Amino acid sequence: MQALLDELPVILQAFWLTIRLTLASAVLALVFGTILAAMRVSPLPVLRGIGTVYVNTLRNTPLTLVIVFCGLGLGLVLDVSFSTSLSTNYLWLSIIGLSAYTAAFVCEALRAGINTVPVGQAEAARAIGLTFFQNLRLIVLPQALRTVIAPLGSILIALTKNTTIAAAIGVGEASLTMKTLFESHGDAVVPIFLGFAFGFLILTLPTGLLFTWLSRRLAVIR
Amino acid sequence: MTKNGDAAPLVVLTDVNKHFGGLHVLRDINLTISRGEVVVVIGPSGGGKSTLCRTINRLETIDGGTITFDGRPIASEGRALARLRSEVGMVFQSFNLFAHKTILENVTLGPVKVRGLSKPAAARRGMELLERVGIGTQASKYPAQLSGGQQQRVAIARALAMDPKMILFDEPTSALDPEMVQEVLDVMVGLAGEGMTMMVVTHEMGFARRAADRVVFMADGRIIEENTPDEFFTAPRTDRARDFLSKILTH
Repeated sequence: MQALLDELPVILQAFWLTIRLTLASAVLALVFGTILAAMRVSPLPVLRGIGTVYVNTLRNTPLTLVIVFCGLGLGLVLDVSFSTSLSTNYLWLSIIGLSAYTAAFVCEALRAGINTVPVGQAEAARAIGLTFFQNLRLIVLPQALRTVIAPLGSILIALTKNTTIAAAIGVGEASLTMKTLFESHGDAVVPIFLGFAFGFLILTLPTGLLFTWLSRRLAVIR
Repeated sequence: MTKNGDAAPLVVLTDVNKHFGGLHVLRDINLTISRGEVVVVIGPSGGGKSTLCRTINRLETIDGGTITFDGRPIASEGRALARLRSEVGMVFQSFNLFAHKTILENVTLGPVKVRGLSKPAAARRGMELLERVGIGTQASKYPAQLSGGQQQRVAIARALAMDPKMILFDEPTSALDPEMVQEVLDVMVGLAGEGMTMMVVTHEMGFARRAADRVVFMADGRIIEENTPDEFFTAPRTDRARDFLSKILTH
């Protein structure tokens, strides 16, 4: 217990990085996932094809491989650089990996939501002269989004836990910090482990509650 | 028979054909609708009435023939098609009000997003139209909070807000409770009286008698008979129409 208290600043800093990873990846995944969903329901077969291949590839690749590819493939081989600071650079590369991976799941959740919007809604929108994108943006996606808030919450919780895989390319988030602390506090492995597990619960439990509340509040009444 | 003024006809369908898979739903349809005319389409279910109605704003594509609207062949895609649709109002059997928008937003969305009207101007006009159909006090509610008859009147206001050259009614009262049919028909009769060009697919024979300039009888994908309501209901020329009328008018 003493070890936990002694290392509290380090632990909090590690969780702060976990939170930043989660939020940045969540925003990017939501944007990119929405674009993918639009591609997958678009009238253009080429866009639909690209969307389908992307989703099936990313969804069926282990996240560790995606993150390692971003770190080694993008970072070292292709020399993609976001910052001169090595740690900031790897932070962004892991955000790219996490959001690219999560976007595939966001896309599929949204697509399920789009299927729940009655076809008459889109027909009425077409009938007043809205274009395909206006229809999607103003009528179909807002209703689709409201029906899939709860599943999006689950995806966000999964993302929060998935940030631990950024440790694979040396990003010092919570799980990597936990491993480091195990080494310096060999006598306090169990308390440290429980402390970190509790830390993740503090992040994920409220997320679940918030999204359940939101999904009730924003439900479209038909 | 029809109100053929000096102006060219608004809608002309020539040899229109359509299949749903192996089913031939529209067979060699030829139909002309003049400006200001109210055409009521009646006939047995599955006869192609709704499909015909939906081809005019291309919610259904056609396999053969041509459709012109206001002198031009209807566009097949993109912005030109969106523009055509903005000029042709549509009222659906199941209302299809935007479920996540208020009543007023339902009416102002098209004018703001398609016509580029300012929000205050669209809201003023929207309120006028809602008053006119008798829903003015419900403007801030959501569609699910209104009765079917009220929803359908909002749908008519939504179509009118685009200042359409024509409105298509696809069985507008078929999903309504009986006591709500009249309030919707009253609005439609009012529109017809003001000279709106209308195509109405309906089973309401009373409306056809009262408001139609012409009745089109469809069965098995064909137009079997076209006539004034008086002549059609008192002296149908075909056996098919006589048979249909005898089934619906006896009780």
